[in-house]
Amino acid sequence: MSAPRLALALGGRLEPRPRAALHSRAALARVAPPLAFGVLVVAAWWGYVAISGVSESVLPSPGRVARALVRDRSVLVSGAWTTLSEILIGYAIAAFVGVAIAAAVSSARVLERAVYPWLVATQMVPIPAIAPVVILWTGFDIRPRVIVIALVSFFPVVVNTIDGLRATDPELVGLLRTLGARRWEVFRIARLPSALPYVFSGLRVAAAFAVIGAVVAEWAGASSGLGYLVLSYSSQTATSDVFAAVVVLAVIGVALFALVGVGERIAIPWWALEE
Amino acid sequence: MRLEAVGLGKTFGDGVEALRGVSLTLAEGEFVSLVGPSGCGKSTLLRILAGLSEPSAGAVLIDGQPAPALLGRIGYMPQRDLLMQWRTTVENAAVGLELAGVGRREARERARAQLPRFGLAGFEASRPSALSGGMRQRAALLRTFLAGRDVLLLDEPFGSLDALTREAMREWLLGVWEADRKTILLVTHDVEEAVFLSDRVYVMSGRPGGVRAEVQIALPRPRALELTDAPAFAELRAQLLGPLRAQARAELGAA
Repeated sequence: MSAPRLALALGGRLEPRPRAALHSRAALARVAPPLAFGVLVVAAWWGYVAISGVSESVLPSPGRVARALVRDRSVLVSGAWTTLSEILIGYAIAAFVGVAIAAAVSSARVLERAVYPWLVATQMVPIPAIAPVVILWTGFDIRPRVIVIALVSFFPVVVNTIDGLRATDPELVGLLRTLGARRWEVFRIARLPSALPYVFSGLRVAAAFAVIGAVVAEWAGASSGLGYLVLSYSSQTATSDVFAAVVVLAVIGVALFALVGVGERIAIPWWALEE
Repeated sequence: MRLEAVGLGKTFGDGVEALRGVSLTLAEGEFVSLVGPSGCGKSTLLRILAGLSEPSAGAVLIDGQPAPALLGRIGYMPQRDLLMQWRTTVENAAVGLELAGVGRREARERARAQLPRFGLAGFEASRPSALSGGMRQRAALLRTFLAGRDVLLLDEPFGSLDALTREAMREWLLGVWEADRKTILLVTHDVEEAVFLSDRVYVMSGRPGGVRAEVQIALPRPRALELTDAPAFAELRAQLLGPLRAQARAELGAA
């Protein structure tokens, strides 16, 4: 027994529980309800399929989907690899270009006023609809898919970042100016850090958009990737295989989303503290 | 450095006249307060003196000379502490030094050395959200003091604090001021605070804001909190409260 624990025991008290145990309990308490609900949904699905006798080509049971996952694993892995690399490249481009353009646009009030409404308006353009055109311009390789993914993920990043840069406390900007700050110093010290939480919420939305963009871009013309697999399996009414591909897509989306959350925790620890 | 305002006026774009004909003087090393009700244009006046806002009329003089570019020459502490939550206490306090071109490491070293004097020892790596209201104000004051300006404009620095903390902070601020002898213009709506701290007090009234009275506070220094119980203190407080009360009554009567 270590000295402090011994002292506590002799004093009539023993630490009730080590901190780590407390933490894992708290984590369990947080994870348990959604996990239970998920299990419930899968069970209901399974029960429905078993009782209703619905055809497998319409709604396969979870067991059949799992079997399809195992059966198609090599095709799914190579498809996932293609789709994942499209997503990562397109998403990274969107993130960097989005933040850079937002910073440039909000550097001058006039420029911001001129460009911002157009950026919002372009967000209304259904990018997937122009995917065929992009293919027309660039050809059938990975490039059109990367471009479509970058386009759909770009807007949430740009608009959120501009909103964040705008939301900087004007009084703080005034204070820094009385301390002798020049424009770029105000940007570095105040505007950029206070925009970061907005940037990350933009990146979250963009993560979801990127996966949708990848699927649509592959539908518009591709011979590999998970979106392509979904299309080709459903043309063969191989429904359990379609579901298997969708599961892998969902896993990619959730992983990307979680990755943004981890990045947020590392980049802006003070934000989590504040909440 | 002697800071003077001569006939300052400010009318905003929407036609609201916030200040009219405001003249005041801050001699070097003097502690002056500006007392007045909320909305009398005190904060507007400070923003003009800090160089953040242009007066519509009148001028600001430094050592008798017109000073067109005030921004960056006068220390200014706004009402809200404006501590950046992405910076620790030391990093927040050092921001003025960094902006003055002092290397980051040295700036933080110098800020760190002042923490005990500002009652922040042991909190150098804390985020603002972990500090109490009094500590946040002291951190903001440290940031203002470290920037090294000769004249400091403090906009209700203790306004958001509870009564006990506020009293303690007054005494503490006097100690800091007596050691450094910076010129301070403190805005407050608390008459007691103004009398206790100042060499001179200006009384302002609102709509449009203007200086109504100027009272010399001839109380001996150094001062301690017990001074507030002295008859001379009560007399000065009454002298200042008189015009302020009349004003408040008039405003209510007019409404």
